[in-house]
Amino acid sequence: MNLQVDKQGRLRHFLTIEGLSRELLIDILDAAESFAAVPEQSVKKVPLLRGKTIVNLFFEASTRTRTTFELAAKRLSADVLNININASSTVKGETLLDTLRNLEAMHCDMFVVRHSESGSAHFIARHVLPHVSVINAGDGRHAHPTQAMLDMFTIRRHKGDFSNLTVAIVGDIMHSRVARSQIQALNTLGAGEVRVVAPHTLLPAEVESLGVRPFTELREGIRDADVIMMLRLQRERMQGALLPSEHEYYYLYGLTEKRLRYAKPDAIVMHPGPMNRGVEVDSQVADGPRSVILQQVSHGIAVRMAVMSMAMHSGETDGGAA
Amino acid sequence: MKRIVIRGGRVIDPANGVDAVQDVYITGGRIVALGTPPDGFHADQEIQAGGNVVCPGLIDLCARMREPGQEHKAMISSETRAAAASGITSLCCPPDTRPVIDTPAVAQLVRQRAAQAGYARLLPLGALTQGLAGEALSEMALLKEAGCVGAANVTPIGNSLILRRAMEYAATQGLTVFLTPLDPWLGGGCAHEGAVATRLGLPGIPAAAETAAVARDLALVLQTGVRAHFCRLSTALAVRMVARARFDGAPVSADVAAHQLHLTEAAITDFDSNFHVLPPLRTESDRVGLCEGVAQGVISAVCSDHQPHEADAKEAPFCATAAGVSALETLLPLTLRLVREGLMDLSSAIARLSSGPAAILGIDAGTLTPGSAADVCIFDPEQEWSLAAGQMKSRGHNTPFLDVPLHGRVTHTLLAGKVVYEHAAS
Repeated sequence: MNLQVDKQGRLRHFLTIEGLSRELLIDILDAAESFAAVPEQSVKKVPLLRGKTIVNLFFEASTRTRTTFELAAKRLSADVLNININASSTVKGETLLDTLRNLEAMHCDMFVVRHSESGSAHFIARHVLPHVSVINAGDGRHAHPTQAMLDMFTIRRHKGDFSNLTVAIVGDIMHSRVARSQIQALNTLGAGEVRVVAPHTLLPAEVESLGVRPFTELREGIRDADVIMMLRLQRERMQGALLPSEHEYYYLYGLTEKRLRYAKPDAIVMHPGPMNRGVEVDSQVADGPRSVILQQVSHGIAVRMAVMSMAMHSGETDGGAA
Repeated sequence: MKRIVIRGGRVIDPANGVDAVQDVYITGGRIVALGTPPDGFHADQEIQAGGNVVCPGLIDLCARMREPGQEHKAMISSETRAAAASGITSLCCPPDTRPVIDTPAVAQLVRQRAAQAGYARLLPLGALTQGLAGEALSEMALLKEAGCVGAANVTPIGNSLILRRAMEYAATQGLTVFLTPLDPWLGGGCAHEGAVATRLGLPGIPAAAETAAVARDLALVLQTGVRAHFCRLSTALAVRMVARARFDGAPVSADVAAHQLHLTEAAITDFDSNFHVLPPLRTESDRVGLCEGVAQGVISAVCSDHQPHEADAKEAPFCATAAGVSALETLLPLTLRLVREGLMDLSSAIARLSSGPAAILGIDAGTLTPGSAADVCIFDPEQEWSLAAGQMKSRGHNTPFLDVPLHGRVTHTLLAGKVVYEHAAS
């Protein structure tokens, strides 16, 4: 049973890219395309979700993702409640389920959830009331599907068709929910070749089973690539047993102008943010003509408007038909 | 003295190579004869076992009772009653209670509670180190006197010198050490490190977390000469390592949890916390290797690894849930499934639940030899049934085998000649 789609095959929750059809992903991209024009109008709002209450439930710190979700919800005319629950509430002993039940009692229609445990979005989706939709804003190392879709949106705008593309994802694949969702989205959309580039300490076991070709050498990994997707390297990973130092990581995997020449001349460079300049990416590249990093951020709003409106409306018509 | 005859069953006693339809005669809590009644035997009670198998009461090498300390999960009375309903007459409980079984008083307490309940024999394992902290040796001689049948590490002992000393001391006291092989630094995840954990983004436990520990522990067993038992193997390579060590004459044995013989990492798709177990469910080739180990006798005991939990303990994202399965009630049917799958004969399957574990414990049980205690399990090997959450005897309802067709239903369980369970429909 796929928790994410209703009987008519429409989006009910958005938890992971896995298991969603190519058609549905294209629907999301097309819907996002129509929302992308909204901020350019003088009135930046559409009334699609008027009267709906959306809760941004963040158990992990986030600036970009939370604010773009909030903006997206507001541009759809929904009421938005931001709840940041750091470790202290769980220290108090309240379980995730109790937190959820308390919020449900406030009659919310949608939860946008970020949590440090893989599978937490699935867990919440399995326990919410039937009319409530859950959007995964990042769960542990598992999935970050709206980030992957805004990346796909950005790629489609620059490259059109996916089938001839070679895409290289560079960095901490092991701990990255972004990478897992990107890989699934690229494979579902039929990308020509998906590569991952990292030292073995940052590649998960049997990584090929995700449908990627692994490389440990940056130049080989990005050779003739159309798209280079850099990942954020968390600072705490740079000391200890995974990597010896920032210095050596930059030496081996830092994306510089010089190394970028190995990719196709029209290759684009992406990063989900926040960037570590001078560690995974050189400022010249990040701010250079090939970088589409800031476009990714604005596309994030359109994609999140698309996903929220689709998920909310499947729930609604479902109830009406009964 | 009460006299009982069990009539017409297929009597299987692997320890004595018995497999024949015959009657079993019991007097005063002991088996007195098979086949021919002793002179002047007049039964006070007859149990009809036609079409059923009559075998020694099952011995489970690992079942957590949660008492003392976690009575919100389960209690000795509730779980020994569930054991009786599952044909199990003897259970080993690991020492990770609260307080830990590292003093004679706690060992005596759990035995007394079980004796009061009267459903099954509870055989505690003492802690190998005080508080299971892996730092100081426990009072092993006193624990043995208080009824502990072995000394267990439960949680891995990182310091090889301390483990060596613990083994030497256990050997001195004639105690078998029960080792849970897990490298503490490699074993920090919650799922097998492989394709499924990679896809779901779950922190992985590599196969090497087990094999590295088995390799070190085997080296120390050879060094110290202690009799050692490896608990809950989960990898095919560890089975081969133990097989090799046994071939070389090392005094080692091994068991496996019944669920490991039927489930793999593939089951955890969708983050169902009922599949969160430790050691984790591994690959299909590991599962096959474990089944072969059981069939060939390298793994001489199948245990339940029973870990009852309250519902809340399983209501969280996968890694945040408590590991373990409520497994007493599926021990026999899951082991019998190996017979249906053609991996072994019925007598060998019963051996893994009776004479096999008895030999590991070095106890006089797990057989129907005349003179031994009349701990008997009678079951219908063909009857299909399934577990429903509301009908489980254990307080823990956390099992991935709810509503799954099972074969082999216990009809009667006798403990020292007393019927402690009788299936209502029989």
